[in-house]
Amino acid sequence: MADFIQLLVAGLATGGIYALVAIGFTLLWQTSQTINFAQGEFVMLPAFFILIAMGAFGVPFWGAVVIGILVSAIVLGVLFKRLLVDPMIRHGVLPLAIATMALALFLKEAAKDFYSAEAQPFPPLAADINVSFLGATVALQSLIVLAIALAAVIALQFFLNRTQTGRMMQATAQNPNVARILGIPVDRMILIAFIINAVLAALASALVTPIYLAKFSNGEYLGIAAFIAAIVGGFNQVRGAIVGGLLLGVVDNFAAAYLSAQYRAAIPLILLIMVILFRPQGLLGRLEERTV
Amino acid sequence: MNSRVLGAAAGLAIIAALIAAPFGLKPYGIYILTLWAVTTIAAIGLNLTLGYAGQISLAQGAFVGIGAYAAALLTTHGWPLGSAYVVAAVACFAIGWLLGYPALRVQHHYLAFVTLAFSTLVYLVFRNEEWITGGIYGISNIPRPSLFGYLLRSPRDFYYFCLGNLVLVSLAAWWLIRSPWGRAFVALRENPLRALSLGVDTRRYTLMAFALGAGLGGISGVLYAPLVQYIDPTPFSLLLSLNLLLMVIVGGSGYFFGPFVGAIIAVLLPEWLQAASKYYLFYYAAFVMGLLIVSPSGIIGFFEKRFTAMRKVEPPPTPPTEVKVA
Amino acid sequence: MAVLEVRDLAKQFGGIHAVEGVSFDVNEGEILGIIGPNGSGKSTLFNCILGQLRPSGGEVRLDGRAVTGMRPCDLNRLGVSRTFQLLQVFPELTVRENLILAAQEHNGSMVSRLFGPRDVGLTGDANRMIEFFRLGHLAEAKAGGLSYGQQKLLDAAMAFMAGPRLVLLDEPAGGVNLTMLANLRDRLEAINREGATFVVIEHNMEFVMSLCSRIVVLAEGRIIAEGAPETVRRDPKVIEAYLGH
Repeated sequence: MADFIQLLVAGLATGGIYALVAIGFTLLWQTSQTINFAQGEFVMLPAFFILIAMGAFGVPFWGAVVIGILVSAIVLGVLFKRLLVDPMIRHGVLPLAIATMALALFLKEAAKDFYSAEAQPFPPLAADINVSFLGATVALQSLIVLAIALAAVIALQFFLNRTQTGRMMQATAQNPNVARILGIPVDRMILIAFIINAVLAALASALVTPIYLAKFSNGEYLGIAAFIAAIVGGFNQVRGAIVGGLLLGVVDNFAAAYLSAQYRAAIPLILLIMVILFRPQGLLGRLEERTV
Repeated sequence: MNSRVLGAAAGLAIIAALIAAPFGLKPYGIYILTLWAVTTIAAIGLNLTLGYAGQISLAQGAFVGIGAYAAALLTTHGWPLGSAYVVAAVACFAIGWLLGYPALRVQHHYLAFVTLAFSTLVYLVFRNEEWITGGIYGISNIPRPSLFGYLLRSPRDFYYFCLGNLVLVSLAAWWLIRSPWGRAFVALRENPLRALSLGVDTRRYTLMAFALGAGLGGISGVLYAPLVQYIDPTPFSLLLSLNLLLMVIVGGSGYFFGPFVGAIIAVLLPEWLQAASKYYLFYYAAFVMGLLIVSPSGIIGFFEKRFTAMRKVEPPPTPPTEVKVA
Repeated sequence: MAVLEVRDLAKQFGGIHAVEGVSFDVNEGEILGIIGPNGSGKSTLFNCILGQLRPSGGEVRLDGRAVTGMRPCDLNRLGVSRTFQLLQVFPELTVRENLILAAQEHNGSMVSRLFGPRDVGLTGDANRMIEFFRLGHLAEAKAGGLSYGQQKLLDAAMAFMAGPRLVLLDEPAGGVNLTMLANLRDRLEAINREGATFVVIEHNMEFVMSLCSRIVVLAEGRIIAEGAPETVRRDPKVIEAYLGH
């Protein structure tokens, strides 16, 4: 039982990170039909912003994290939207999706070529100690990660449901055309969605990089995880992304504990396949029927 | 000069260059060129399904894998490559046809997910079913084929074999696109509702689009196995499907020469850039992004739009509207 | 026996009865008009007859043969075609190509269409249709470049291309200027004289009254009147349906 709780907490912690990344991914899709294949790299890169702030400018860790989030919001949020998405969005989903594929490679190579190909150590969020929780021994790190992820999600939900801007964003996500007719500044809402995505990705970066170290190739796995979490949870719902992320984290963690490495890697894929085959709209999603 | 003559001359020049190319290249260069030819066949298939019939498929890489494993298994057990063509084409056509059924019920991103799931499933089978596929250890010592008793072992000989395959596939694709089937595919892509009301059996054409595209993917795989002579599951992951998708879009989705150009960009361009700089992937990615921003309809789309803009478009004159007053 | 027999056709969407107990015949060679205020179920009725929607109840017969709920493409090959309210030509194909497409699935089989001639032997028919609808000079033009009125003519031409038994026209006069409208009515009357049967949904009263030999009036999913144009026009139930909302 103690083992179970330990794995569950660790899984929820990882799942919380996946959820953050998946939420942004879903928001981008809902508001602007953008499929961001570079989402994993959006989580890989801010760690380097943070390292540069600390290394080249001597800023202490938590200050560097704030700087990292701000820089991400500008570069991966505003610039991404204005330079890549805006020119292409009129021409359909696929060309933009392919462009984000190229962007993923671009960011990955940029980190590799202009910073380092070696994994860089990254400061942990808390001391590497274990605490007693619900009768089991869990890493303090896991609890802190879970707490921060949860706080971020609650803050986001508050923003979306309790503020006027947030409600306008929800309207934009559900039906941009009607939102426009209602006088909602749709383009600004989409920009906010991009900024939220960048901020969440940067936060996820700070949470996940202590485990994997800062490496240019981190984006690959995280991108796939975000994608799977978003699909499993339901591509047209932010709540779906949260559920999908947590579920994926827990399942992945349990698989890692009980299965050999070879099978463990297949579990997220099998989860994906089962959801797509038996419930393609995702656990929380709504099915959009074909008209013909 | 007449644009048709210009086009034909350019075509002949390109074919001549393709035939002469191996003489100036080292074995690695010939290998890359052969890889381009083989990949183009898979891209032509995807262009048929996606570009012409408008059906999104992220499964093309899986079909290449099926073809490759079919060829590897048959030829390492003494069967001629010809048998692999038949097995791969039939298997991929049939599986592609079945994969089309979800396309009848869901569209766009859900269809992408289903084909993605299929692709992933096939990859997992390649990796885990060691008793057939050799699992992560793969299948090695795949022999080069013989044509009429002549063994095509050298890089140059095998290159011409693949080039010949490409030419045949291109001719078949050209015929298909120009035929009433091609017209029906375009109708399916542009307006399935209207097509249905005109008697076009959209269900059958959708399944056919998937099946044909998959079949070509299989044939590409049949040529890939003897090219690299050792296969394992790694090249046939979702990444290949995404890369083929990139080729179709970057080349120009729905244009006949799109796949050829797209494969040049995805296969040849990184090699050329690698000779120039160690940051070649960085520049490659920047190039693809820039290209798509400038022309979301790809390279061929870019030229087609410039070309039609250059030609003076005369507005069709309004017809005489005299009405018979009875 | 009528060309088309509709018996007790009904369509429900959840709790909404869009079409309820609709029965009427379409006789050979006539032009039947279907009118009614907005939301009376005219388009739903069409879609049910044509197989675009599955009816909740009732029957449709073509020349005595039951065709209820048949797929639109199969029904089309039995000789029923339609035009759409929102223009639906294929903008990237030329005018002639659009016409060939409209009839190609009626000629031969899948195999013969793959290996046979490109035009499926339809160039002659297409040219005749182009002449008839006075689109001659536009045969090679991309359909997307035509004016709205010209596209309307092409749309109608496509519906007639395969020599159908019955054509259903959904608001053919919508958005068309007066000269083009007169042209369109003239062409429809000419084709009717050659034996074509059609059903027209329209809002444009003048167009319907002058073109159709018989009118059916729909309100709230039910038929409230039926008969010659002049009779229907003066029927108090019809006037109330239009003005009473």
